[in-house]
Amino acid sequence: MTATVVTATVGAVERTLAAPTTGFLDDESREWLRALRAEGPERDEAVARLHTLLLKAARFEVARRRPTLQHVRGDLDEIAVEAAADALLGVLRRLDDFRGASRFTTWAYKFALYEAAVKVRKRAWQGREVLLEAEGWEPFADSGLGPDAEVEQRELLETVREGVHSVLTPHQRQVLIALAVNGVPIDVLAERLGSTRGALYKTLHDARRRLRGHLGERGLAFASVEEK
Amino acid sequence: MTERRDLNQELGRILGPDGPDIGCDACFRELDRYVELELAGADADAAVPGLRTHLEGCPACREEHDSLYALAGSER
Repeated sequence: MTATVVTATVGAVERTLAAPTTGFLDDESREWLRALRAEGPERDEAVARLHTLLLKAARFEVARRRPTLQHVRGDLDEIAVEAAADALLGVLRRLDDFRGASRFTTWAYKFALYEAAVKVRKRAWQGREVLLEAEGWEPFADSGLGPDAEVEQRELLETVREGVHSVLTPHQRQVLIALAVNGVPIDVLAERLGSTRGALYKTLHDARRRLRGHLGERGLAFASVEEK
Repeated sequence: MTERRDLNQELGRILGPDGPDIGCDACFRELDRYVELELAGADADAAVPGLRTHLEGCPACREEHDSLYALAGSER
């Protein structure tokens, strides 16, 4: 690693670590904020540049998710255009939340990536039925367990299946089965249930904790293997 | 024919990761800082405890993390 790279890396680390407490802004980020808080043509020009930046990020996300949209008809660029417009509103509305914990562009990108990703998931599931109950659960009964399966695995599976029906509330069961068994994207489920990603994830998290507790009460434990 | 699925992966999706998890809202708030720390080679997990666990348990946030990492990283 060259001295220049090391210096740049250390500088970036110091900036990102220090930013949340010191409010340090790099020059480019400070200039973004100044221009976006200006008035008249200067602000208009900054907003236009920001929109260009967000559109680039939204198109980047749509391109990454294109394989999930092969069955979708219509102009996929519409998704990116709509996402960039929504992200622009979000960034401008939350401009005061930016504290310099990252570069301004990285902070802004996440709004566009989020908006585009949510729209892609919803478009990909448009018109598809969202299964919340047993239809999605039954295939699990056939998965991965042959006659030579480990006794411990079989016991684990049976205890999880029993726990889903005995220790979860109906809402927790619905959310867990839809998200974790049937693979419904969380944003799609949120839209169908009139909820939010954050609220559904909390429900999922609570359900998982109950199931782990259920296993623990029976002397069982599952150590997840991170999917690479 | 029903495709046989890996039991451990199936159980992993159901039971999720173990440990503190910051949730989706905090994940979104911290994601840009976390990604820049990763790109800088710093210990992002120490700086933002619970975010890595969340990414393991939330496919949507993980996808958005991976995209931000790729996009911001492409500009380094």
